[in-house]
Amino acid sequence: MSVSAATDPMLPRRYRVRKTWKELADVSTMELEALEGQSMAFQPGQFNMLYAFGVGEVAISISGDPAEEGKLVHTIRDVGAVSGALASVSDGDMIGVRGPFGSAWPVAEQTGRHIVFVAGGLGLAPLRPAIYHVLNNRDQYAGLTVVYGSRSPHDLLYAEEVRGWKSRFDTEIEVTVDHAEPGWTGQVGVVTVPLDRALAGNNGAEVSAFVCGPEIMMRFSVMSLKAAGVSEDKIWISMERNMKCAIGFCGHCQFGGDFICRDGPVFRHDHVAKLINRKEV
Amino acid sequence: MPDAKGASFLLDSPGPLVDALRRQGWRVIGPKLGQGAIVYEEIESAADLPRGLTDEQEGGHYRLREGDPDRWFDYVVGPQNWKKWLFPARQKLWSAERSKDGFSVESHEDEWPKTAIFGARACEIAAIEVQDRVFDNGDFADSGYTKRRAGMLIVAVQCARSAATCFCASMNTGPRAEAGFDVALTELETGGFLVECGSDAGAAVLDGLELADASAAQQQAGEAVSHKAAAEQTRTMPANVESVLRDNLDHPRWEEVAERCLSCANCTLACPTCFCSDVEEVNDLSGDHAERWRVWDSCFSLDFSYIHGGAVRRSTLSRYRQWMTHKLSSWHDQFGTSGCVGCGRCIAWCPVGIDITEEAGAIAAEPLAQEV
Ligand SMILES: Cc1cc2nc3c(=O)[nH]c(=O)nc-3n(C[C@H](O)[C@H](O)[C@H](O)COP(=O)(O)OP(=O)(O)OC[C@H]3O[C@@H](n4cnc5c(N)ncnc54)[C@H](O)[C@@H]3O)c2cc1C
Ligand code: SF4
Ligand code: SF4
Ligand code: FES
Repeated sequence: MSVSAATDPMLPRRYRVRKTWKELADVSTMELEALEGQSMAFQPGQFNMLYAFGVGEVAISISGDPAEEGKLVHTIRDVGAVSGALASVSDGDMIGVRGPFGSAWPVAEQTGRHIVFVAGGLGLAPLRPAIYHVLNNRDQYAGLTVVYGSRSPHDLLYAEEVRGWKSRFDTEIEVTVDHAEPGWTGQVGVVTVPLDRALAGNNGAEVSAFVCGPEIMMRFSVMSLKAAGVSEDKIWISMERNMKCAIGFCGHCQFGGDFICRDGPVFRHDHVAKLINRKEV
Repeated sequence: MPDAKGASFLLDSPGPLVDALRRQGWRVIGPKLGQGAIVYEEIESAADLPRGLTDEQEGGHYRLREGDPDRWFDYVVGPQNWKKWLFPARQKLWSAERSKDGFSVESHEDEWPKTAIFGARACEIAAIEVQDRVFDNGDFADSGYTKRRAGMLIVAVQCARSAATCFCASMNTGPRAEAGFDVALTELETGGFLVECGSDAGAAVLDGLELADASAAQQQAGEAVSHKAAAEQTRTMPANVESVLRDNLDHPRWEEVAERCLSCANCTLACPTCFCSDVEEVNDLSGDHAERWRVWDSCFSLDFSYIHGGAVRRSTLSRYRQWMTHKLSSWHDQFGTSGCVGCGRCIAWCPVGIDITEEAGAIAAEPLAQEV
């Protein structure tokens, strides 16, 4: 019998919203503190099940810095009832949290390598803890490239923070939007354009890549990475499926023989390559 | 009386065993006649058992008939299975109450009196063992399931006949249960029961009964009952089904079966191993009290794979394929065993008579050429 048999893994712990702020029109970030028990230790890429009283529970990635103890950060887009309730909490509100769940970006194991992050839209949120790790330990890595694409300049997440990363001399940060707006002087086009350009100046064999965003964006990014000589066992992606339990019981997140909640959400690409391009799996 | 595990005895009728269980404080759940079908409900005595009935099953067909009035267990498995007790269709998980500064959380566990399931067939015991692995997966254990399972005793009945839909022999799960029971009964051709003791808990129950030791010949007669039942089975599962399905996700047969499949989810509800569930938020009118309920779900529903933007498995083809590849192929990756125990329920209870053995057989017979 597992160790956790004694405690019910479906039971949430209560957290207080210490601070919340709007990132975009429909996206908010919240900083949480545990009301009972210890603060949560997590690895970059893991997620929690967040519960809004009277509404429901959904999977949300942890978007904060794993090195900052006692601070749990989530970034949420309002797309429906539960995410809407979570995205509109106020300072001092209470929510329920179960977790952390799932696999992590193995970024700490890729020291000495050129790290390439490719993010699409809200996919930057689950990557941010791994980006923090590389920024905090930059001297352990040969290089750091972040390629980030969003629909429009309006939808650029953590825009100010990204500008801060860009102002460092030891980073290469590329930002692009699908559709420009008046005043936008940056790049326009899908992420693979700046990704291909960034990869062109590098030796693919030295790259470890972490990709998160819509499935189609991940598919094209992986094609670019492979074309640049990045080996498939040095590419990781994060997957999303309907999730009701996060502990392997509800069956909703199945992807072939994997439960995305337990075996993922982060997968090494060669592990899922056979199914990822197939429709309706 | 040598009441040790592994010993066998003789008994005239199941009556004294039911009585002994109840005397020792066990709630007994067993087969009963429901609305035209065998159902698993609490029984008070052997008189509640559907003695004299037998069944007729085929693709999309199940009918109870009068059989030999003296025989106790000549029907096989019906639409229900034991998971309705171990993994209830609706189960409260916890509740929350609004408070001044947020809400409080109250855990919940249903009562579970110690329970004997009476008349579990070999395939059904195999199915319980499959669900044991699901609900204690090494990282997490379902506390309610664990508690119910721990407070449970299994009285097996060794099948004396197979329905046309049965294929447990080909799945290596039956028709004879070799282990996994506390007590097992074999109804002998000549009448009376061979009683096998499978555990110390079983021995404790049998201790209170007047039992004659079974002779070697009587034990052989018990085995012969199972051989006869096995020999009646005609349906089989291809031995290489696990790899053949994994390699044939684009097989044209999926389209053919999808044209017949109604996506009604009957198969997943009848299946003793299907474990999928949803969690519902249930609120009272005041809005101050919230409950979380776990309810059975099925991969045949469109919402099952819903993510923002639309369901992943929109077509019936993809949902049927998920069901069958999960049962027969990806279950091995997840739990190191098949998710099918060969009980045949999904065949009998499919309104259009889709047959999992026939579908798997068709793909195995003409697999797609593989890229090298
Ligand atoms: C591992 C993981 C990490 C995620 N991280 C984030 C994050 O950091 N920020 C963020 O804003 N969103 C994240 N999501 C998506 C988020 O879970 C969905 O947006 C949310 O479930 C939508 O719920 P809803 O009730 O508001 O919307 P509806 O669209 O009404 O959804 C109804 C129900 O369907 C299910 N569902 C719908 N969409 C998804 C989905 N994409 N993934 C899983 N279940 C879904 C949920 O059970 C939901 O309650 C993540 C999803 C997964 C699987
Ligand atoms: S898939 Fe069909 S035959 Fe196999 S265990 Fe489930 S209901 Fe029985
Ligand atoms: S995914 Fe489908 S076949 Fe598999 S356990 Fe769930 S309901 Fe049953
Ligand atoms: S979310 Fe329930 S099994 Fe993965």
